[in-house]
Amino acid sequence: MTVLEQAKALRWTRRHVLDTDDWTRDEIEAVLETSGAMVEILKRPVRKAPPLRGKTVILFFAEASTRTRVSFELAAKALSADVTTISASGSSVEKGETLLDTVRTLHALGGDVVVMRHASSGAPYFVAERSDAAVINAGDGWHAHPTQGLLDAYTLRGALGDLQGKRIVIVGDVLHSRVARSDIHTLVPLGARITLSGPPTLMPLAWRRGQLPACVTYEADLDRALEDADGAIALRLQKERQEGGLLPSLREYSRVWGLTEARVRLMRPNAPVMHPGPMNEGVEIDAAVAHGARSLVERQVTNGVAVRMALLYLLVGTPLDEH
Amino acid sequence: MSTPSSGGTPRTVLLGADDVRRAVSRIAHEIVERDRDLSALAIVGIRSRGDVLAQRLREALRVHEHVTVPLGALDITLYRDDLTRIGYAPVVHESALDFSVDDKVVVLVDDVLFTGRTIRAALDALVDYGRPRAIRLAVLVDRGHRELPIRADFVGKNVPTRATDDVRVHLVEVDGRDEVELVAREQVIA
Repeated sequence: MTVLEQAKALRWTRRHVLDTDDWTRDEIEAVLETSGAMVEILKRPVRKAPPLRGKTVILFFAEASTRTRVSFELAAKALSADVTTISASGSSVEKGETLLDTVRTLHALGGDVVVMRHASSGAPYFVAERSDAAVINAGDGWHAHPTQGLLDAYTLRGALGDLQGKRIVIVGDVLHSRVARSDIHTLVPLGARITLSGPPTLMPLAWRRGQLPACVTYEADLDRALEDADGAIALRLQKERQEGGLLPSLREYSRVWGLTEARVRLMRPNAPVMHPGPMNEGVEIDAAVAHGARSLVERQVTNGVAVRMALLYLLVGTPLDEH
Repeated sequence: MSTPSSGGTPRTVLLGADDVRRAVSRIAHEIVERDRDLSALAIVGIRSRGDVLAQRLREALRVHEHVTVPLGALDITLYRDDLTRIGYAPVVHESALDFSVDDKVVVLVDDVLFTGRTIRAALDALVDYGRPRAIRLAVLVDRGHRELPIRADFVGKNVPTRATDDVRVHLVEVDGRDEVELVAREQVIA
């Protein structure tokens, strides 16, 4: 590589995308910049470019997911990769195959990239350590959902420009939300400040007690959190949590923590609203807000494909470890 | 013509600012003579210097012929044939082609024609936008050493080079000056 080419190459050395918690701002910027070029590809008459030709991407989804899986599938196909899906139901995972067995199978199948979602936090690390393939975490337990964090950052930046000093409210079930954690780990390095809001029972204990990460605050009163905010992200309420006694009732939750039109107006004019989907309309977000002028929900879905294309491109362009 | 630079590197100026200006103007005339009917003409530059030259060609056509033709820019990174061999991920820039290339006569513009691999990639990229009636190629410098059966329709200057030489194009919009120089590769600090 000549000096010139080196300067042109991105500062990108990662083999896997497991969590963005240790990423530098440069690395995040590299993904966002590349995503911009991918958005353009998706607008062409032929929505396909060839950089992953001859590569195999295995989508290993051991936990239910439609939109993330389809998003990755479209992303891989738009870059001309061959895509195959292993889902938990209807595969040997149902028959009691262990994760280690699955890793061996994936290895034997010879995938270049494994995109995986798993109900257990840390599962993608387990696979990454034991596999030659590049691993992308598509959501593991309560831990992380790095591609969601990156696509939220890309979408917010499209709406707000530079995120330096911008204040974003994340409202809802933060405790069980890998999206909230990944949003924090992506938006804070880009200069944003985060205000968390939601029921105290659905906040991590340490955070509720004030031991919060840098640039993150907790505000129990949602109206006060939203006042003059630059944007808001509503988290999906996982209804099964209610059975655990963490919530009084959905109606009460919606009244106190739901993003309504009146509440959204407390933010700065035109401050955008996002949601990782799928939405419980009328619970954490009103339909009028979800489909209103401030909503970026549809753009999140479109951008999600582009951001995942960018990651696939960056990973396949990066050399394999010397074995 | 040879001018020793500060480091003592053998450096030859192939085209000065005036030569670049005249070359662009001449190519613009050749384009008109070739096709006459300019209604279907479009100009598409290859990033990151071909797009600047494409802009200048369009301006020359506007001045000489009083027509404004559609202008686009292509980034060919994703179409490179060595992507999985080079061991790093080159920066992908956004392409900008907001008109239909269907039935257009597209003049593809690049700064230097060398192995032809960039042009091969650009042809692949371009047909993903539609089916042009014809694609022509304009380059500021043709330095030889083709590895693919590709030739230019419009050439600013043909320059015999050694395969190891470096031809560097500097343009005001990007580099602050207009100049094309040839640098012997052995002297380049790798």
